Amino acid sequence: MRQESIAPHALPFPPLNKGWGWLAWFSTTDHKKIGILYMVTSLFFFGVGGIEALLIRIQLAAPNAKVLTPQEYDAIFTMHGTTMIFLVVMPLFIGIANYLVPLMIGARDVAFPRLNALGFWVFLLGGIVIYLALFTGSLADAGWFSYAPLSEAAYSSRPGVDYWIVGLIETGVGTIGAAVNLLATIVRYRAPGMTWRRMPLFVWMMMITSLIILYALTPLNAGLIMLLGDRILHLHFFRANVSGGSAILWQHIFWFFGHPEVYIMALPAFGMMSEVVPVFSRKPIFGYTFVAGSGIAIGLLSFAVWVHHMFAVGLSTPMNAAFSAASMLIAVPTGVKIFNWSTTMFRGRLRMDTPLLFAAAFIIQFVIGGITGVMFAAVPIDWQLTDSYFVVAHFHYVLFGGSMFALWAGVYYWYPKITGRLMDERLGRWHFWLAVIGFNMTFFVQHILGLIGMPRRVYTYPNLPGYGTMNMISTIGAFILAIAVLLFLWNLVVSFRRGKVAGDNPWDAWTLEWATTSPPPEHNFEKLPPVHSARPLFDLAHPEMADNPKYRTEAKA
Amino acid sequence: MTTANSTAKTGTTMNRHKIGMLFFISSEIFFFLTLLSSYAYLSGAFGNLPRESLAVPRTFLFSLFLFSSSLTIWFAERAFHRGRHAAFRGWMLATIALGLVFLTGQAIEYTELIRTGITLNYDVFSSAFFTLTGFHGLHVITGLIMLGSLTGLSFAGKLGPENESAVATISYYWHFVDAVWVAVFTVAYLIFI
Repeated sequence: MRQESIAPHALPFPPLNKGWGWLAWFSTTDHKKIGILYMVTSLFFFGVGGIEALLIRIQLAAPNAKVLTPQEYDAIFTMHGTTMIFLVVMPLFIGIANYLVPLMIGARDVAFPRLNALGFWVFLLGGIVIYLALFTGSLADAGWFSYAPLSEAAYSSRPGVDYWIVGLIETGVGTIGAAVNLLATIVRYRAPGMTWRRMPLFVWMMMITSLIILYALTPLNAGLIMLLGDRILHLHFFRANVSGGSAILWQHIFWFFGHPEVYIMALPAFGMMSEVVPVFSRKPIFGYTFVAGSGIAIGLLSFAVWVHHMFAVGLSTPMNAAFSAASMLIAVPTGVKIFNWSTTMFRGRLRMDTPLLFAAAFIIQFVIGGITGVMFAAVPIDWQLTDSYFVVAHFHYVLFGGSMFALWAGVYYWYPKITGRLMDERLGRWHFWLAVIGFNMTFFVQHILGLIGMPRRVYTYPNLPGYGTMNMISTIGAFILAIAVLLFLWNLVVSFRRGKVAGDNPWDAWTLEWATTSPPPEHNFEKLPPVHSARPLFDLAHPEMADNPKYRTEAKA
Repeated sequence: MTTANSTAKTGTTMNRHKIGMLFFISSEIFFFLTLLSSYAYLSGAFGNLPRESLAVPRTFLFSLFLFSSSLTIWFAERAFHRGRHAAFRGWMLATIALGLVFLTGQAIEYTELIRTGITLNYDVFSSAFFTLTGFHGLHVITGLIMLGSLTGLSFAGKLGPENESAVATISYYWHFVDAVWVAVFTVAYLIFI
């Protein structure tokens, strides 16, 4: 086997943490350790957000329930959304990317190890600040998009919203730092031979995601600063009742961020799918260029669809029509990807391990969420269904049935690389089936609840026909889902201690992260295989069938 | 034999600092675009206040100082590349001075507005105006701190050819701050007045 050796390359900064014991976790600038810090932190917040979800479902289990007061209910659904989006899905993806991107492109570390550490700690500070509001006796309770004027001091006079704003600005700053770092790493530190068209698709998707972060998060931060100014300095930006401020301006700013945000949470999932599906179908991905290209199309279009969140505002008809068309257009590149994955699986030698199970469920559930999404792009349907449980069902199919399932596929796939041990397959199957049943039970009925008129964000509902039964089904589903999540967490813990030893490349995968030991040494690689195609390890193992015909060699004994 | 972090044929020849700074600046552009478009969006409610209270010719004069600082920092960079450290320090000091003159102009503008009672939270115009120009001012101050550090290091003899990317990235940032003011001045002093 031919392998190119790597000259020892000086890291930008010397490691600061030799012999510090567990304190090293606080001073580390190693991308793998920072990745793990992100992942562990987001798993903690996942627990918090999950408990909030269960509280919501307990309150809604039966009509006219009084488990939570309306005030508490508002705070809990606001914090559930905020936590899951900003403190779970985003940092989980960024953490995994932090760990994997340098490995996948064959680099020693990221471009800015200290910026990377700063990004994590500022993000964590933001997460803590949002919840610090608890000590003032109030939590943010204006919903995750904090519409003005509800979020203004006149209507939310307690400090919860202020903590929410400051915390989000901080997580935003941290996230932008992480994005700059990932981009510079991908642009500058790819292994010799790794051209753009040989880059793993997860890296492609993280690159596009990082660009979206750069251009979506700063507008959010600008808007948050204006909102904070309104609340604390009595500025006039979004206060419609005084001298010309505009509440609709907040909606524009928020959704200019908010819709790209959906793709910040979806593109990394697409990237994980594009790594997992081919490996477990034993085929190269069908249409590599289309997966990368449609990702770029999604990234660009994501900035041109934000008004579809505002159809009910009463903007002009041409405006609604234009954004309706753009929103439907974005279904095209997304649909392309669905075909890429299904055609990759088609006639593949499928290996039904847990990662592929989650990936398969992702495709089906994400398509359901995508179809309801296209429905919402039609203005009249939006007018009928906006702010109903149909919306709740739609975005949970995208973000839980989609992003979270892809994340689980990715976790089962890369856990052996990170820990050196495989996750337990039997527990994994229990986790998978309970998650599929629990998830669909929780959220499918919410489509129907929305269609028959149940509004979202109400703390309780009268005993109308069907309401009680369907809400009870949803609540039972949520608890089944909770059991699935507990099994997953348990699997993470027991496999760490007792899992089967994985070896370097337990799945016979093809990308560079599998060319090093599990877990990788601090400097990542002893040797790098040559990169002549998107599947360097496949070329190495089968030089006679190398993906790039130029480098095919006769089989050796 | 190749190094793991070498550029080979795949990477660009720019180093990580320049790439990082350019990505960061591109992100900052969207921060200012948001402030600028909010200013434009709200301008319908401004009435005659901007016309009556903003001193356009004077601000234009002070803007010229900031615009010309892009030129002086370019001279500074050129001197740095040619190893003329004294000239480098001179042009850097000139850049800093021009930046300070610009800030003085902004301070005069603010003082006059506040004296006539147009404070930060007077109305929707003052909110938008002070936020937009204030954040630009903060960026100028940040730039001045960076320029000052660089000049200080040079005087201390601690700035060698190996720090080329520090000089380059700070210069990128300064050009950016300058360019933002072109947009801010156009929007706040020329279009929506």
